[in-house]
Amino acid sequence: MLRFLISRLLQTILVLYLIATVVFVMMKAVPGGPFSQERNVSEHILRKLEEQYGLNDPLHVQYAKYMWNITPKRFSPGALLRFDLKEGLGIDFGYSFRYEGRTVNQLIAEALPVSAELGFYALIIAAFLGISTGSLAALKQNTAWDHIPMGVVMVGICLPTFVMGPILILIFGFWVPESIRLPVLFWEPSYDASWMESLRYRILPAMTLGLYYAAGIARLTRGSMLEVLGQDYIRTARAKGVSPFNVVVKHGLRTGMIPVISYLGPVAAHLITGSFVIEYIFMLPGLGRHLINAALNRDYTLIMGTVLVYAAILILFNFIVDTLLVWLNPRLRLGSNP
Amino acid sequence: MKRIPMTESSQLSTQNPSRLVRSPWGEAWIRLTKNHMAIAGLVCFSTITLLCLLAPWIAPFEPNEQNLLKGPTPPGSTHWFGTDTLGRDLAARTLFGGRISIAVGFAATLVAMTIGVAWGAIAGYCGGWIDAVMMRIVDILYSLPFMIFVILLMTIFERSLLLLFVAIGCVEWLTLSRIVRGQMLQLKTMPYIDAARALGVRRTRLIIRHIIPNLLGPVIIYSTLTVPAVMLLESSLSFLGLGVQPPDSSWGSLINDGAEKMVSYPWLLIFPSIFFSLTLFSLNFLGDGLRDALDPKSKDA
Repeated sequence: MLRFLISRLLQTILVLYLIATVVFVMMKAVPGGPFSQERNVSEHILRKLEEQYGLNDPLHVQYAKYMWNITPKRFSPGALLRFDLKEGLGIDFGYSFRYEGRTVNQLIAEALPVSAELGFYALIIAAFLGISTGSLAALKQNTAWDHIPMGVVMVGICLPTFVMGPILILIFGFWVPESIRLPVLFWEPSYDASWMESLRYRILPAMTLGLYYAAGIARLTRGSMLEVLGQDYIRTARAKGVSPFNVVVKHGLRTGMIPVISYLGPVAAHLITGSFVIEYIFMLPGLGRHLINAALNRDYTLIMGTVLVYAAILILFNFIVDTLLVWLNPRLRLGSNP
Repeated sequence: MKRIPMTESSQLSTQNPSRLVRSPWGEAWIRLTKNHMAIAGLVCFSTITLLCLLAPWIAPFEPNEQNLLKGPTPPGSTHWFGTDTLGRDLAARTLFGGRISIAVGFAATLVAMTIGVAWGAIAGYCGGWIDAVMMRIVDILYSLPFMIFVILLMTIFERSLLLLFVAIGCVEWLTLSRIVRGQMLQLKTMPYIDAARALGVRRTRLIIRHIIPNLLGPVIIYSTLTVPAVMLLESSLSFLGLGVQPPDSSWGSLINDGAEKMVSYPWLLIFPSIFFSLTLFSLNFLGDGLRDALDPKSKDA
């Protein structure tokens, strides 16, 4: 187990540096610099700007500086919980090219909590709805309890978020009676809003994001539960008189969850980092919006910062999921290549 | 595929002499036609594709023909799906948008298929350190946020339809390469490959006659499921304004257009959404049906 953890950790670090290098090369290979879109910039000012951002150093110096700046140099969990990468890990992404006088660290610290909160609610919705409908459908196979929810799930899989989002807005934001209408668009109702009031604003985006993945989870859960429930040890447990609830939850779900959890890994990362589309539809100030704006504005430092944060979160979740899988499925522990 | 269909069919033919011995592909076709949802998907997708392909001849109006005096009109007898704010006929725009969406879906899948099959087959066939290096690269690429890279590619370079499907194809090949490699590794240990080799079958003939037909099944199944995934990615990009550029439109950009004006003119959102969802729906059912038909072992998996 320890060997597995260490080798995975080393691999993770290597991959992150590789990603940083690829993004660095991509940014440098782009025709036109970050300031080429600016109008009426004199030669002198351009040179000053480049000097300020260190763009006139030789490429290998820029690369070395950049790599050093993104290397973690300290670790303080308290600051990390405030999404402060500078205090928490000693990582410095530098100043944004477009947002004057603001560092990329600040921008990320503002945007990441929004994306993470949205993703967290969506993950809860997806896991709860998906696992419960999937298990129910498997237990009542080939009855209405199976066919109707699975039909809905198939519709859910085929309705992309950018179709589901506007339709949900149309229905819950405009067509239903005034009294049960949900607020659409915007993240914070006001600065002094209560927690409950804020939560109402998060229902629609979280539902839109969560329902899509709930459908996938339900389908996977049903398939794997059907397989598990047909196995001998479930029959043995039933024969021993284990209560039906315990048979399903303790014996069935533990094994039945394995494919679901390997699916949840990437999904959790997608959810936490927030879907670009959801943030676009609901106009949320999350990380995805920053990335798209940065890409459109050629804000190099912001692009590199957001891409690396995304990649790190994605890899972290894959790592957690792999570890969980080894814990759930003891057979994997013996394998040399988990 | 696995050799089960073969033995099944030969057993059946001894029991019932009137039944012809079918090839594994024939068996698969029979299984597919028994799956009503898959056939419904096939029919539905073919109809939509045909409508879109024939759009220049069947569409009642030009897709970019503006009629500012008319403005947005609800669906009626002249304009079946109504018109948008510029007075353009939505039926024509939906059909022409479908041409782009479907074309990108297939072209990008072809790109993904080419890279994925070649990569996976080489890795699986060569084995050893070549395999290890190639698969490690796939692992690394897997951990990258794809959408971000497509967005970066689309913003850094000039946006064009060609770049769009090359970029999408370049991120969608990973799973396919893993599947092909796995299949290849399995095939290499099969006794009939050894037998063919022992009989002195040449390498090229071995690959063409014995390996490729056995790889085709999983490739077809996965490619059918890649098409809707690609269309989804393309439409998301177009929805965000990073994909197809105006005056061209795909279903994604039409849905974006409709979403902005949905409160006053809901038909602008509803019709393109129906076409798009129906296409994804039927392709997914067809893919599932093909999986059951070509790979009976994995049924209900």
